[in-house]
Amino acid sequence: MLSLERVSAGYGDFQALFGVTLEVNAGEAVAVIGPNGAGKTTLLRVISKLVEPSAGDIRLEGRSLAPVPAHEVVAHGIAHVPENRRLFPRLSVEENLRMGAFTARKQFAERLATVYGLFPRLKERSKQFAGTLSGGEQQMCAIGRALMSGPKLLLLDEPSAGLAPVVVQSIFALVRRICAQGYTVLIVEQNIRQVLKVVSRAYLLEAGRIELSGSAQELLGSREIQKAYLGI
Amino acid sequence: MEVFDIFLLEAILNGLLLGGLLALLSLGLNLVFGVIDVVWICYAELIMCGMYAVYYLHVQYHWPLVLAMLAAVAIVALLGLALHQFVIRPVLRAEPINQLLVTGGVLFFLQAAATLAFGIEFKNLGVTLPSVRLGEMSFSAARLVAFGVALAGMIALYFFLSKTYLGTAIRAISQDRAIMPLMGVSPARIFGVTSALGGALAGLAACLLVLQYDVHPAIGLSFGPIVFLICVLGGLGNMLGGFIAAFVFAQFIAVGGFVFHLEWGYVLAFVFFIVVMFWRPQGILGK
Repeated sequence: MLSLERVSAGYGDFQALFGVTLEVNAGEAVAVIGPNGAGKTTLLRVISKLVEPSAGDIRLEGRSLAPVPAHEVVAHGIAHVPENRRLFPRLSVEENLRMGAFTARKQFAERLATVYGLFPRLKERSKQFAGTLSGGEQQMCAIGRALMSGPKLLLLDEPSAGLAPVVVQSIFALVRRICAQGYTVLIVEQNIRQVLKVVSRAYLLEAGRIELSGSAQELLGSREIQKAYLGI
Repeated sequence: MEVFDIFLLEAILNGLLLGGLLALLSLGLNLVFGVIDVVWICYAELIMCGMYAVYYLHVQYHWPLVLAMLAAVAIVALLGLALHQFVIRPVLRAEPINQLLVTGGVLFFLQAAATLAFGIEFKNLGVTLPSVRLGEMSFSAARLVAFGVALAGMIALYFFLSKTYLGTAIRAISQDRAIMPLMGVSPARIFGVTSALGGALAGLAACLLVLQYDVHPAIGLSFGPIVFLICVLGGLGNMLGGFIAAFVFAQFIAVGGFVFHLEWGYVLAFVFFIVVMFWRPQGILGK
């Protein structure tokens, strides 16, 4: 469904990604893991065109995204849940969800019912300002907002960041449920042990380069990852 | 004492009417600042252009007044859009001082252009609305109309901003500009719509002002500073704050002017402004 071919990108003089190649198949959940500053967030920002790649090609279902401006990417079927959730704090929960459906207004009512079915908590809080939600609820709202566009591919940037350990558990359970519903998911995480239980395949990104890739089991068993990241 | 009370009541009600008009005047400026983060120093001059548009279409070209006013709203909306596309857009990422200077430049440009095109004489629309008597009090019908239209305009804007996708996006973009593309929203388009809307509000204000005041190239100076003070008093970019500040300010002008002397009303209003700025430099509802 999504393929990146030798993609490089950066900000000004600073290069964050060096020739990254990766693939996500339809219906698959894939993780990109790696330490802080490895370029994981930039990778997602390149896919949703918030950052223009300096080299390489990004293809969605075989079609290049090169000519697509950032604000049309979501209409092509890619929804991005950004780092730190980035809800609109002084819009209500429902208005945040409405913004997610900006390009799919006809399906608003139907998808709102779906999202509320997935997150009953959001329905209870629908009239509340999003800024007053707890961290876990905010993450639900951010994911719900992305689902409102009816995406083929969901990009999740560190959904567990900044949440209490018990909430992290429930967020990963949630991600597992979303994957089980048939969404194609590309998830970026530092919480390697947890995310590898959710996804089927993963890539290890270090200093802007893909250093390792394989099934979640293979990566969990790899000496390199165990030593550097899992402390075994 | 009874007579004094009834005139005091009249002054308070007149202040209320003035407040509605000032609230409308501050609305467009606040909207544009809240969304685009740029202050249109030339806002009052856009209103002046709208007043000339009504005057020329009605007096010179004999358009029916209402049609001339609708056209003026459309013309100033286009002016607002043009101001954004040609003046603001190139400096959108520049220093705030440069943004102030360019819109300040537009202020002088519009003043000079109006002087060249229309001359310096005061032009009167020639429409006199009667005054309305209520018991022993009398009110200018022009002010009543202005108050009613200003209120209707503000309510319409409120519903637009709270009930429509575009209106919600306008509020959203003022909270987090950078992620709007992820919602499928083009910030450039929202800025264009907001600028046209700010212009339309200036145009509406122009229609109401031209019923009460003669138009001349420097008329912006007679109410522009007050509108800025009201916006700053309420918290720049905060529409509700501007709304409250407009009514408070108008009461100072009207009641102060009644109890002491007309000019004293303004003195008291500005003293109030300065005191509030010491207490809350960010404005009444500012952050």
